[in-house]
Amino acid sequence: MASLTRADVEHVAHLARLGLTEEELARLEGQLNHILDQYAILATLDTEHIPPTAQTIELANILREDVVQPSLSVDAALSNAPERSESGHFVVPAILGGGDGA
Amino acid sequence: MADLTRLHAHEMAALLRSGEVSSRQLTEAHLAVAERQNRALNAWLVIYRADALAQADAADKRIAEARHAGAAALSALHPLCGVPIGLKDLVSVKGGQATAGSKILKGYVAPFDSTVTARLREAGAVILGKTNMDEFAMGSSTEHSAYGPTANPWDLSRVPGGSSGGSAAAVASFHAPVSIGTDTGGSIRQPASLCGIVGLKPTYGRVSRYGIVAFASSLDQIGPFARDSRDAALLLHAVSGRDERDATSAPEPVPPELLGLPADDDEAASYLKGKRIALPREYFVEGMEPGVAARVREAVAAIEQAGARVEEVSLPHTDYGLATYYIIAPAECSSNLARFDGVKYGLNDRSSGEFIEDYLRTRGAGFGPEVKRRIMLGTYALSAGYYDAYYLKAQKVRTLIKSDFDAVWTAGFDAICAPCSPTVAFPMGAKMNDPVSMYLSDACTLPVNMAGLPGMSIPAGLSDGLPVGLQIIGAPWSELSMLRLARGYEAITARATWRDLDPAELTLTDDPNTPSPIERKERLAGASAAGSGGQA
Repeated sequence: MASLTRADVEHVAHLARLGLTEEELARLEGQLNHILDQYAILATLDTEHIPPTAQTIELANILREDVVQPSLSVDAALSNAPERSESGHFVVPAILGGGDGA
Repeated sequence: MADLTRLHAHEMAALLRSGEVSSRQLTEAHLAVAERQNRALNAWLVIYRADALAQADAADKRIAEARHAGAAALSALHPLCGVPIGLKDLVSVKGGQATAGSKILKGYVAPFDSTVTARLREAGAVILGKTNMDEFAMGSSTEHSAYGPTANPWDLSRVPGGSSGGSAAAVASFHAPVSIGTDTGGSIRQPASLCGIVGLKPTYGRVSRYGIVAFASSLDQIGPFARDSRDAALLLHAVSGRDERDATSAPEPVPPELLGLPADDDEAASYLKGKRIALPREYFVEGMEPGVAARVREAVAAIEQAGARVEEVSLPHTDYGLATYYIIAPAECSSNLARFDGVKYGLNDRSSGEFIEDYLRTRGAGFGPEVKRRIMLGTYALSAGYYDAYYLKAQKVRTLIKSDFDAVWTAGFDAICAPCSPTVAFPMGAKMNDPVSMYLSDACTLPVNMAGLPGMSIPAGLSDGLPVGLQIIGAPWSELSMLRLARGYEAITARATWRDLDPAELTLTDDPNTPSPIERKERLAGASAAGSGGQA
């Protein structure tokens, strides 16, 4: 049986960069454990010699000529940015000298 | 002329070419009914009246010019030229919204067309608007939309299925003859089943996903909704094919025969003769409604009666599908949705002045409960110490599930016939507090995504007055054969009384006193709060 503790749920939420309320954390603890219980069925299968499947069509190494092709203009790419600089960049919050360093 | 919204796309194509009807007339007729009924259905998140009419006029011009140029030019036009269509609101249309049903993308304006949009424009289809969906395509009822649920026109207190519920309800309600959805675990087939229409999820790689908001990239596919197999084939033809902008789109030829499914019922029925159909015993799952199982068995019996050979088969790893899917899909979504960080687009909260805290606030406020649940599951399954136990294990079981299907094709079967949804449309609110019961809605559809196969749902009658879908599953790239099989089934059941029935509560959507789905949801929330003593 799965046994995700409240501390585990908080840790995963932080890894996922999800700010959750007390109520959400409490509800998720129960729901995630219930869902993880459903996964237990997989342990009953012997898969030691089975290769994993990551994708289902047999395509590999799709290449093209290395030539410049039209793409979005800087203006279009920045058109939804909450904050942009006059020189054509996304403005992001300062990441040095603040934060928890995680 | 009779009600233009009742026409199939292939009928519209003929009338447009003969000049008996214009795209503007078709578009006006569909806009009028969509605008009138949307309050009671909430199938559309936005309707682009002015744009649609401009596209219709452009299509009329193309058709007139082609008619002037001669028969060859006229037949070179795509059959969807001038035909109205709806797009699920995760398909990018330049200058329009693409909310993906989420608050986090509210106000986002797509700076480019998706490849599907570009191909539809090339064909000349008329985009009426964008349809409602479960947030980021995660859900089986469209109740997880941040913009309110969609109602099922067969019973307005019930869900249309999901996640492409708006696209399915719009086509079932004659707001458009065809629409586009996406299917990661059943999100085209299950709503098609619950709304009584045709929905097809193509082979993984058939349709380019460039410009579509991603959920789980090894599973997502784009596909058509329609009211018959011929129209589904036309739309599949229009959007399929290799695209350099999506490296997972395959260089597989698009069969021109998709444009020529037989109109004649006898010819269509004759296709069924000698076909080998597999009936997987594991798909008649525990908890399946008897009425659903009965309609599916009757449909298969009718196909057998028409000359097909039906044999029961086993897909032994079916029972492991749900757990496998609910590891792989959340894992991929937790990675895909990391891009919503409030930096490049979408909702952003920069009030804390501290960047990690800004992420937490932005994502905490922008995502709804189901999306948060899946991001949490996926992040956990991929995290240090659990990767082998969950994600790698699921990928190995995925191999076994795929091998089950491979064995059916190796044995020479032409297709698999199975139930699509284990139940008919369920009441709004019935599964919202129990994620696992909602996930079970897709038990019969999600193995198909994990194997990358094409699958479709076609109407197979009613149970308790609500539609039941028959699922057809094919070998990779066999969409044409599946559609011919579906067309054959339509032909042999052409005179069935249920085929003539309108969605039972469609007329109620014209009544201004009919509650909207959002009002229904609020009443349900009020009732459940009262039922629990009013405690929050």
